[in-house]
Amino acid sequence: MHPAPSVIIFTSLSGLGFGLMAWLGFGFPPVSGMIAFWFFLIAYVLAVGGLLASVFHLGNPKNSIKAFSQWRSSWLSREGIMAVVSLLVMAIYAIGLIFLEQRWQVVGWVGAAFSLITIYTTSMIYGQMKTVPRWNMSLTPPLFLLYALAGGALLAGQIFPAILLLVALTVLQYISWQIGDARFEQAHHTIETATGLGNLGKVRLLESPHSSPNYLLKEMVHIVGRKHAQKLRIISIVLLGIVPAVILVLVPFNHMLAGIAVLSHLVGLFVSRWLFFAEAEHVVGLYYDKR
Amino acid sequence: MTTLPAHTEKKLGLAIDLDTCVGCHACVISCKEWNTSNYGAPLSDIDAYGAEPMGTFLNRVHTFEVKADGSNAQTVHFPKSCLHCEDAPCVTVCPTGASYKRSEDGIVLVNEVDCMGCGLCAWACPYGARELDKVEGVMKKCTLCVDRIYNKNIPEEDRVPSCVRTCPAGARHFGDFADPQSSVSKLAAERGGLVLMEAQGTKPVNRYLPPRPKADVTNTAQIDIPNPYLKPASSKPDGFLGWLDNALEKI
Ligand code: SF4
Ligand code: SF4
Ligand code: SF4
Repeated sequence: MHPAPSVIIFTSLSGLGFGLMAWLGFGFPPVSGMIAFWFFLIAYVLAVGGLLASVFHLGNPKNSIKAFSQWRSSWLSREGIMAVVSLLVMAIYAIGLIFLEQRWQVVGWVGAAFSLITIYTTSMIYGQMKTVPRWNMSLTPPLFLLYALAGGALLAGQIFPAILLLVALTVLQYISWQIGDARFEQAHHTIETATGLGNLGKVRLLESPHSSPNYLLKEMVHIVGRKHAQKLRIISIVLLGIVPAVILVLVPFNHMLAGIAVLSHLVGLFVSRWLFFAEAEHVVGLYYDKR
Repeated sequence: MTTLPAHTEKKLGLAIDLDTCVGCHACVISCKEWNTSNYGAPLSDIDAYGAEPMGTFLNRVHTFEVKADGSNAQTVHFPKSCLHCEDAPCVTVCPTGASYKRSEDGIVLVNEVDCMGCGLCAWACPYGARELDKVEGVMKKCTLCVDRIYNKNIPEEDRVPSCVRTCPAGARHFGDFADPQSSVSKLAAERGGLVLMEAQGTKPVNRYLPPRPKADVTNTAQIDIPNPYLKPASSKPDGFLGWLDNALEKI
């Protein structure tokens, strides 16, 4: 799949934002007043910024309001609704904390739960795609949730949970790559099943239907970037989990180093999301003899 | 509404004959011509005369080579447009309600007035049957020429999809697969119509009629490949040389 910046920024930032929001909703850290204001500002900037970035992926954004209508069948529609609900519920909770010195904890819990559901719905946009076997596995939702919770803990300054979650995330990301690598083969889609010609022999593309790339090839058959995938995986996993975890374990807390840990996590997150798209093979590539 | 109808009265679709298709791309052109000037936004072309021309098409023809061990390779031209799946994943993923499947005839359509151009339906389609138009920003796909097949303003023989009407080899057949007596159902039954990528669970309506077995041209004992129908050329010269030859032999 084409690793479009809009979808990479969308999934990364909104995941982090809703992850932080979940921690704030559960009451960690137990902030109020101006400090709460800054925490919520960061959460909202990330969550809303991510959602806005996704608008750049649209060909006809003036109709985006209609995306709230098909929650019965569409994960993307559910995602939009859940995101708005989470932002609204959390706004009530935040107003209480910031301006009224009130902690409406039940509202916080509800908001946190909706934030986690939002992340789950985001993950299902990808996890439901049978056409992309690498995404279409039961590990995709837990992976997205763990990304959000670990990144959220880091931003919320929850040092001990952050260390545990970052280690867990590093392990789960590694496992997902290993399992994901075999998914296409396991799905048994080949150029022979795509064309139905397998019983006549081995099939190969003799002539492409068009002489230059089309929408399908540009959007769904992204091969060029995969050359350095292995190196990028290592870079990503080191920056994403190992560097921040080591900083948190070894160094007594200081803002400067915490900032470096967050920055490192963010870069690692972007690299891993880039890989999430660039390495995903869509079955339509089979009609072009490409994976 | 992007939930799928539990049942459609008809299952209109195409039976595409991979044996007779000659790969001329006439259906590609006629599809583009009809659909750029009728239902919905036109099908744009970008940089049409430049180094990398790109455009939106609802129908494309791939050409494959198939080869079994020990036999000659065979060329198969492979037209591909929307298969109007019964379990169309492109419809259920659509967040805006723009994509839908008609309960009366099973045709899968995009209502462009509602489409936001997110492209998710194209991701969900295993067959590459949907293309997002670069200029209009909305999703385009085969309409099964819904504006022809019921169109009382055109002569009756034209009330079939444009690609079907155009095909010079008669390789594309249109009809109702819900009716076992229809020509397409019979064709699919007789010829063992293929379902593409069955494991995706999309239940396509369209069927592909596989290429018929070819004559065994490798068995040279049976057929004289260069000149199967010509008599062996006489080794004797004719005309003046023949007369000379005969005359000299008689001496
Ligand atoms: S072929 Fe693709 S676009 Fe057409 S109905 Fe099936 S999944 Fe949808
Ligand atoms: S591109 Fe249009 S038709 Fe396709 S899923 Fe998005 S809104 Fe629906
Ligand atoms: S049925 Fe109509 S829209 Fe579909 S491929 Fe044929 S000509 Fe194109």
